[in-house]
Amino acid sequence: MSQIAFLGAIEVGFLFALVALGVFLSFRILQFPDLTVDGSFPLGAAVCASMIVVGIDPYIATFAAAIAGAGAGVVTAWLNVRLKILHLLASILTMIALYSVNLRIMGRPNVALLGETTVFSPLESLDMPMYVSLPIALAVLVLVMKLALDWFLNSEIGLAMRATGVNPRMARAQGIHTDRYIIGGMALSNALVALAGALFAQSQGAADVTLGVGVIVVGLAAVIGGEAVMNTRTIFRATIACVIGSIMYRLAVAGALNSEMIGLKAQDLNLITAVLVTLAMVIPGMRMPFRRKRKGGASS
Amino acid sequence: MIEARQIAVTFNAGTPMETPAMRGIDLTIPKGDFVTVIGSNGAGKSTFLNALAGELRPDSGTIMIDDQDVTNWPTAKRAGLVARVFQDPLGGSCANLTIEENLALAHARGKRRGFGLSVSASVREEFRERISRLNLGLENRLGDRMELLSGGQRQAVSLLMAALQPMKILLLDEHTAALDPKTAAFVLELTREIVSERNLTTLMVTHSMRQALDIGNRTVMLHEGRVVLDVRDEDRRGLKVEDLLHMFEKVRGSEIDDDALLLS
Ligand SMILES: Nc1ncnc2c1ncn2[C@@H]1O[C@H](COP(=O)(O)OP(=O)(O)OP(=O)(O)O)[C@@H](O)[C@H]1O
Ligand SMILES: [Mg+2]
Repeated sequence: MSQIAFLGAIEVGFLFALVALGVFLSFRILQFPDLTVDGSFPLGAAVCASMIVVGIDPYIATFAAAIAGAGAGVVTAWLNVRLKILHLLASILTMIALYSVNLRIMGRPNVALLGETTVFSPLESLDMPMYVSLPIALAVLVLVMKLALDWFLNSEIGLAMRATGVNPRMARAQGIHTDRYIIGGMALSNALVALAGALFAQSQGAADVTLGVGVIVVGLAAVIGGEAVMNTRTIFRATIACVIGSIMYRLAVAGALNSEMIGLKAQDLNLITAVLVTLAMVIPGMRMPFRRKRKGGASS
Repeated sequence: MIEARQIAVTFNAGTPMETPAMRGIDLTIPKGDFVTVIGSNGAGKSTFLNALAGELRPDSGTIMIDDQDVTNWPTAKRAGLVARVFQDPLGGSCANLTIEENLALAHARGKRRGFGLSVSASVREEFRERISRLNLGLENRLGDRMELLSGGQRQAVSLLMAALQPMKILLLDEHTAALDPKTAAFVLELTREIVSERNLTTLMVTHSMRQALDIGNRTVMLHEGRVVLDVRDEDRRGLKVEDLLHMFEKVRGSEIDDDALLLS
């Protein structure tokens, strides 16, 4: 693997670490299997790119993208807690609807950002190539987000959200309005994912309506992969595992695609992902001498 | 003070699986009463407690707690008035959260939750002090996950959690049923202490006739969703376990003849 390919994998790894943190919130903290992600990722890209091309400040555009993602999360959660639609199905409905919404927002299947000012433009004036500065900038952002999420999940509100996922009946008996926490948590989760979408569009120079395909599986691959290689007993460790899982996944994919011997091509990516996720889910069940027993996800 | 008026609940109404679990329960429980609730399996005891806690909205009837009509309040809103301990030791806590996190959840019951640290150094000290009174050696294990505790230890912690914040009524659904006799006696003694210390209005479901007569000041028997026995103070002191068993058999044996159910 060349140095550029390696740094490219690290860059995308950090970007998708935001997706992984979002997926960790929905799947692990709220125990809400949420496929909205496949729609909220391109939603973030679409909102951000459409705003940037009409001359809106990229920071505002990126923030707006996160808010739009939060809205998508609220819709899914609302379908589930108010209309009592099964969580998985509720999220699929939102995901499908978002495909149309994203086309409407962009007015066409893709919006190019070449030559536009983005949140990454300031990096161009630095004395290092973009393929080095970009991963560093993203690493800093992910670190900040991870620490903010750690703090949140250890706050009174965050603890109530965790209880909502673990034991909703007990949570209600402790005065926790579980419906509100599910809605809030899903908003936060999809805001993170849409933020990743917005940053992805800006780093790749385009938003495309098909960006979202398989994002949920990639996010899950990162969460599960991270859990497979380290103990995630505390929130602090569980969020590190998301980041590590995401980078590991990208390196594994880049490695597989780059080795001529295996003969894999880019179109095989989804197949590779499915195989990797399956392995990550099955291997922890087997006895591994270097792994301690893991049960029930995170706590601190 | 609890006032239940004509509470009725039917599960799966209008289907072949229709189950009338409560058929008009009328019960007034003055402040400070400690009521033991007995009745055969499926009599509607847990359903009644769920209705009082808000987990279940009755089809008809009203529930008042301290002169407030709470019939349409969801569980979370009632949590400032009602504390409960579940039958299942796993039910009353979050298994993969730590002991101190579980205590922190209960510590915020009925209060506004904020973005501050849930387990601050000062509340940790308070928890340590309170949990040491259980004499279970848990004061040094606050950071352990709840799932590492035994069933009895968990029920004791659940009781402690229930008592962390002020409340009006305490609901106990067979909270010693899953415990060995010694632990059960310990948890029961703890229950007595908390209830008398705070002068709580308490309902305790039990299958032990001995407990039903020994504990509290009043005993209510439910059968097929109705109150079929309600004795207190003087009258209750004269009752023996055999008397209760006899009444049990009488209601069981005369299920067809509804009039015969009114035993008190
Ligand atoms: N969620 C539910 N759906 C359908 N039927 C239910 C439900 N909950 C309880 N029931 C039925 O309602 C009736 C009363 O049940 P309940 O749990 O209140 O009994 P109980 O007196 O607590 O019995 P036990 O001593 O076995 O705990 C039973 O016939 C039960 O099958
Ligand atoms: Mg019961």
